[in-house]
Amino acid sequence: MYSFDYQRPPTIEEAATALASSPDAKVLAGGQTLLPTMKQRLARPSVLIDLGGIAGLQSISRKDGMLVIGAMVTHHAVANSQEVKSAIPHLADVAENIGDPQVRNRGTIGGSLANNDPAADYPAAALALGATFKTSQRTLSAEDFFQGLFTTALKENEILTEIHFPIPKRFGYARFSNPASRFALAGVAVAETAAGVRVAVTGAGADGVFRVPAMEAALSKSFAVSAIAGIAIDVKLLGSDIHAGADYRAQLIKVMARDAVTMAAS
Amino acid sequence: MTNPSGIGQSVRRREDFRFITGNGQYTDDINRPGQTYAVFVRSPHAHATIKSLDLAEAAKAPGVRRILTGKDLAADKIGGLICGWMIHSKDGSPMKAGGHPALAVDKVRYVGDHVAVVIADTLNQARDAAELVNVDYDVHKASVDVGLTQKAGQPQLHAEAPNNTVYQWHLGDKDATDQAFAKAAHVTKIDLVNNRLIPNAMEPRAAIGEFDRGSGGYTTYTTSQNPHVARLVMSAFIGIAPENKLRVIAPDVGGGFGSKIFIYAEEVVCTWASKKVGRPVKWTSDRTEAFLSDAHGRDHVTTAEAAIDAAGKVQAVRVKTIANLGAYLSTFSSSVPTYLYAPLLSGQYDIPAIYCEVDGVYTNTAPVDAYRGAGRPEATFVIERLMEVSARQLKKDPAEFRVHNFIKTFPHQTPVIMAYDVGDYPASMAKALEMADYKGFPARRQASIKRGKLRGIGFSAYIEACGIAPSKAVGSLGAGVGLWESAEVRVNPIGTVEVLTGSHSHGQGHETTFAQLVSSKLGIPIEQVSIVHGDTDKVQMGMGTYGSRSGAVGMSAIFVALEKVIKKATTVAAACMEVPVDQVDFVDGIFEARGTNNKMAFGEVALQAYVAHKFDSSVIEPGLKEGAFYDPKNFTFPSGVHIAEVEIDPETGVTKIERWTAVDDFGTIINPMIVEGQVHGGIAQGIGQAMLEGAVYNDAGQLVTASFMDYCMPRADDLPSFDVGMTTTPCPSNPLGIKGCGEAGAIASPPALINAITDALGHENIAMPATSQAVWRATQQSALRHAAE
Ligand SMILES: Cc1cc2nc3c(=O)[nH]c(=O)nc-3n(C[C@H](O)[C@H](O)[C@H](O)COP(=O)(O)OP(=O)(O)OC[C@H]3O[C@@H](n4cnc5c(N)ncnc54)[C@H](O)[C@@H]3O)c2cc1C
Repeated sequence: MYSFDYQRPPTIEEAATALASSPDAKVLAGGQTLLPTMKQRLARPSVLIDLGGIAGLQSISRKDGMLVIGAMVTHHAVANSQEVKSAIPHLADVAENIGDPQVRNRGTIGGSLANNDPAADYPAAALALGATFKTSQRTLSAEDFFQGLFTTALKENEILTEIHFPIPKRFGYARFSNPASRFALAGVAVAETAAGVRVAVTGAGADGVFRVPAMEAALSKSFAVSAIAGIAIDVKLLGSDIHAGADYRAQLIKVMARDAVTMAAS
Repeated sequence: MTNPSGIGQSVRRREDFRFITGNGQYTDDINRPGQTYAVFVRSPHAHATIKSLDLAEAAKAPGVRRILTGKDLAADKIGGLICGWMIHSKDGSPMKAGGHPALAVDKVRYVGDHVAVVIADTLNQARDAAELVNVDYDVHKASVDVGLTQKAGQPQLHAEAPNNTVYQWHLGDKDATDQAFAKAAHVTKIDLVNNRLIPNAMEPRAAIGEFDRGSGGYTTYTTSQNPHVARLVMSAFIGIAPENKLRVIAPDVGGGFGSKIFIYAEEVVCTWASKKVGRPVKWTSDRTEAFLSDAHGRDHVTTAEAAIDAAGKVQAVRVKTIANLGAYLSTFSSSVPTYLYAPLLSGQYDIPAIYCEVDGVYTNTAPVDAYRGAGRPEATFVIERLMEVSARQLKKDPAEFRVHNFIKTFPHQTPVIMAYDVGDYPASMAKALEMADYKGFPARRQASIKRGKLRGIGFSAYIEACGIAPSKAVGSLGAGVGLWESAEVRVNPIGTVEVLTGSHSHGQGHETTFAQLVSSKLGIPIEQVSIVHGDTDKVQMGMGTYGSRSGAVGMSAIFVALEKVIKKATTVAAACMEVPVDQVDFVDGIFEARGTNNKMAFGEVALQAYVAHKFDSSVIEPGLKEGAFYDPKNFTFPSGVHIAEVEIDPETGVTKIERWTAVDDFGTIINPMIVEGQVHGGIAQGIGQAMLEGAVYNDAGQLVTASFMDYCMPRADDLPSFDVGMTTTPCPSNPLGIKGCGEAGAIASPPALINAITDALGHENIAMPATSQAVWRATQQSALRHAAE
């Protein structure tokens, strides 16, 4: 690890100012992605701005028909929140299945979404539910927020503060894990909200999390496993690596979509 | 009276308390006064010439004491790393080995190869400075593929080894084998890849070198399975210091699996550099370095054939293997795919003729050497896949086909060196079939089919050779060392005992099992026994722990030393009780003068031996301490049958291991709990090899699986519950009847699992690791075949 400075500002405004005042400053959330990268000397921030001291980022609440989760809420807190369990029960399950207890106790929803790892779970859930992202500067839709592998619309000095999830009629998420990392090889989230049915896939896309319009159309007509049985995934959209070729990922998406629909329908 | 801490009791592991309470002393826990830190500059290229090495900027960095390179080693006449087993090719020529300098000279040959070492006051300073070392490389194409590296036009690694070929070795009778094939009623032919594995001991390697100006001697603390061998090699071959000026300490070691047998560049460099720097030099591998530079295991490409007569008897086996040795020959690498491999190709079967050819080859990958099982898993995979596929092609039951071909009388001389001494192969098969409810399998398969799943069952009737080895025999096969073991039993005046052993425990539980032997023999509680190992200044001599030899060889040495102690103590007791020696019996820790009620406890006799008041010290020497060197008379031959049963989900390829039955014959068992633990761990590693693990290098020679994100180690939830049983035929060649159990699980399990998976699939077309993806693709083939039928 290279040496760095550390700050723990009490407000978003001060955090944003600190972030803007140093070109190589970086936001620290749970550190589960950032710290290993720094230990391997792959990242060299001059200063870490720890968001852990900002009280407002750690709450979960319901506002105007939305489930609002602060960026610094840990995976463990989401998994065990009554508010989450009553609003979107299977979103709690998404959090419960991330990593191991250590990761869940430190890792945050904001860190996960800001990092936009192409194999992370939350991006699929957020895209399927049509979440909106509140930042220190503006509000973004999920479509606008996710910009491809490890890339989001967040600007250098912008801090993600809250994620607003519409409360769906139903929601399900199924993941097939990479045997080594246990991240998703293919994870499929299916949601029906007031805005309609959306299907989002993580782990498999060549360009990160993506929606599957054909499945969405079919499920809009009939929200049942049989509706999507014949829908094939275009392998050209999919990634391929030593763990899974695009053909296998396409197959896994079909199976996981079916499981997610079953989960959502139950 | 049963001794609660004697042989055969599941005594809890005495060493675990310190391990699980964080009180172990591993090499990295040791910090020496004034210690400095070494960071190795490693090659980022698989194959390159070093055009220039610019150290100027790095040398100016804060805290830097010294930066050393291969030129400095050469200037000090420090030799290169050695390979200690000479293999001759079929044409009689000695193997063609290139040099293996501890720090590269001119050329680097794999990603992770050592280019220079930076030594600084803190670890972070050394890391910072290492980034400033400026190496100008002329990058060459890499030869990575074991199957292609011998072909014309491939990049050449060492001038000494044309076509990257180290040796072309063979074993067995070619003519007899070819004749049997000419007459065969059926020939089975299979192509196999034995996938490359990365050991991943929980504790990464580490070393501290320390030079003492006063004595002119060095101390090396290192993560070694065999500290005396490390001292011998660093002294006699590498030339750091003579043996009397080099102390090697291997303290608590957190797993080895073979990877810590070898003498690596890092411990050599730290030891040598400690004098140049004038301070202790410490290096601790990080996990990435471990992936890149620990010696890897396996990596064979094989074609194997069986010639079977009309009566269903295997008459001959013919095998051709190309074995990847990596970029340099590691300490024992040459022996693993030759003498530790081909002599096991007879398996448990009475096969009149066997012929095996092995080409050992260089590639631009990390060195490959012994890894849990070392050669025997590879041989077992060949013969057990061959037997299973043969049974299927002949439409015979795979269990019956094996039993039909089993060796049933002993001793049995195979056509490939080994003389099996004892065994009862049908007994372990019968017990395994019973435990696995083989009769119930068709019903279970039907139930699976009803649920849309594929079910398969697979066998592995393995044999292995442990207790390496009779020194004269291995000497005649090219070994550079003898493979005896040494022990010293020191009885203290109040009857407590220290056993100094040349075996080394790095997870095996010797502090418990060896003490059980002492407790049994001397009739004293286990609390009065300490086991000392891992320090060349304490332990007289040793060959270390590998090849499941610590029970069969290490404990035999202790046994012999204990016999000497008892003999001497009996003389002392007889003198004290004033009776002739042959009138004294030693039972349960008590010396009794036969026919009288005179008796003395072991502790009393020990005291008398040291005070020397009651005997004539011109006849009986005072003291009670004996040593022994035990050279095994033969290899030992653990064997057994493993049966795996799997269910495959054809939609995803997910393969669930539904049942695992293991019936092993390890001869005498000292501690059933520890033996069962060894079996569990071995099977876990074998399942890892068969389904999860595989080192992948890309064409440029970059290790793609260089972290746990990409290299899949088996985890608890990947494994079934194991059903472990035993049969016992005591080994006749050592005094305790022990065969060895450390590697059996890893040797037996891969073919059992692949045989089960291929049984479920209905075809043989799948390689290890049989990941979900591989199995799913194979089920696509099964479906196609099904449709065609
Ligand atoms: C062993 C292990 C297993 C894991 N398994 C899974 C898994 O199964 N599924 C899964 O989805 N994930 C998994 N993860 C990732 C985990 O969920 C991480 O916690 C997450 O990716 C990052 O969250 P964090 O709070 O730790 O962020 P950090 O590591 O602190 O930050 C990550 C990045 O986001 C930036 N950042 C953080 N917060 C904000 C913010 N509010 N605004 C702007 N930028 C911000 C940081 O600057 C940094 O660049 C795993 C991680 C580990 C170590």
